[in-house]
Amino acid sequence: MKTWIAFWNILKKDIQNYYLKPPNISWGIIFPLSWTLMQLIRTTGSVNISDIKQLLPGLMGMSVLFGTTSMLAVTITFERRGRSFDRLLLAPISLSTLVIAKLSGAILFGLFNAFVPVIFAAFFIDLSGINWGAVFLAVFFIAVTSTLLGLMIAVSAKEIFEAQTFSNFFRFPMLFLCGLFLPINSLPIFLRPLSYLLPLTYGTDLLNRTIIGTSMLSPMLNVIVLLVFSIVLFKYCQYNIRKKWIL
Amino acid sequence: MNNKNIVTVTNLSKLYGEFVAVNDISFSIRKGEIYGFLGPNGAGKTTTINMMIGLARPTGGVININGVDAVKNVKKAQSIIGIVPDESNLYDEMDGFDNLCFCGALYGMRKAVREKRARELLEQFDLAKVGKRPFKAYSKGMRRKLTIAAGIIHQPEILFLDEPTTGIDVESARQIRQLLITLKQSGTTVFITTHYIEDAERICDRIAFIVGGNIVAVGTIQELMESVSHGHTIELVTDSNLELYSDELQTLFSGCTVKMGTDHTVSIVSREAIPLLPVLQYLNDKGITVFEAKEVRPSLEDVFVKITGIEAEKLRKEREKGGAVK
Repeated sequence: MKTWIAFWNILKKDIQNYYLKPPNISWGIIFPLSWTLMQLIRTTGSVNISDIKQLLPGLMGMSVLFGTTSMLAVTITFERRGRSFDRLLLAPISLSTLVIAKLSGAILFGLFNAFVPVIFAAFFIDLSGINWGAVFLAVFFIAVTSTLLGLMIAVSAKEIFEAQTFSNFFRFPMLFLCGLFLPINSLPIFLRPLSYLLPLTYGTDLLNRTIIGTSMLSPMLNVIVLLVFSIVLFKYCQYNIRKKWIL
Repeated sequence: MNNKNIVTVTNLSKLYGEFVAVNDISFSIRKGEIYGFLGPNGAGKTTTINMMIGLARPTGGVININGVDAVKNVKKAQSIIGIVPDESNLYDEMDGFDNLCFCGALYGMRKAVREKRARELLEQFDLAKVGKRPFKAYSKGMRRKLTIAAGIIHQPEILFLDEPTTGIDVESARQIRQLLITLKQSGTTVFITTHYIEDAERICDRIAFIVGGNIVAVGTIQELMESVSHGHTIELVTDSNLELYSDELQTLFSGCTVKMGTDHTVSIVSREAIPLLPVLQYLNDKGITVFEAKEVRPSLEDVFVKITGIEAEKLRKEREKGGAVK
């Protein structure tokens, strides 16, 4: 019970202090919206409505990736700098509980980001027939693995600008490598192995399957790989926090 | 205060590469006492406290807090201690009341309980009027008081404070010292690190001097003073120049050393306690009026300087600059 009280209050504090702040809400809405429009307005300059469904998995994946990685990396680095993170490390709760509580806020923010393009798309196209349970599962795994990547960055960064720089170092190549807007098969052959080393590839594939109906891998394989990525990244982050933050 | 040890530290050490921050120190803290760690910056005070509270891993040694091995079972030890770091580390965006409630929640306190306790603490720390003000709008003294309140919201048995009065105004420092004494009176054991000799002297029951990662002396103020002062000194302030009586006084009080001071003062130094009446009688017979007679004891600063070899002036300058003693 005591652990739950601590967990819930860390999550609530993060949501109130960071995620529900106007700049983040506007980021969560404007960023996916502007990318949606940018992708839709092709060289002809006109909006091609029929493309929306094809673009939806990529836009959702990208929104989650950018929302989660930047938020968690920045908020943790911010708390580390102000030393308020020490207060959490000194609380009588396990490191796992603390890490999961911090991740949860970013994951929820990621889920919110993911469904902005969906709500936008719902005004233009028919989204019935989509298995929303599977969509949620895919988005959830993308949010978890992206948040953990953000945490990995936060553990290494000392300053907020460092966290942002490291985030971009990961995120922008992932836009092209993970099949968000370009099929992996269209990438040069020497780049393809890199794609399969990134968790977002499997999350996007799962989303493609549930929304468009095409995928490279079986849904079960995608889920298993994402689960393995989540566990490995979580353990790695936990190990790094112990090593780097408890000197 | 009783003689039961609530904290025992044995052969504690911390190395950063080849640098020895804490060198095989051992000490114990009695239940209900205020125990002070006094030393210059870089002496190993914060490293020691960080190891005790679980923010740093010891290279070697054992820390036992109320029967809990604080090295192996950090989280259990953290549940029975309160921590006040050297810098206020509450949340700037949150108000004082919410900060306290959040800290209570970290210790698993239920909403109604932590809110009641937060209100009590705001009253006790004279912060009730600013309880709804964002923490970032607090003055330094208020920030420090709220940080202490956050450290005791869960009513810990032992409170660790790192430099509690550094960088705050005189009045806030006085209030904090009084709060620590009140906490002690309510049965809380307090461990503080400080480089303010005056703080240690005013509130600590026992003090350890730490220099270069080593504890060089431990004891009550009385014990520390006795360890450097091998005898008694009486200083008399009179209305006359006593140079004329110097030899006579020396003969009369054989076994004592008589030193003439400026402004009609005389000091009599002896290994044994000096009976005052014969001295006063002698001076009275000579028609000399004695305005003041007092036993002169070394200050804690004198003791610190003698034991550590660090000049008090350096310590004072360091305090002003926030730099380290060289």
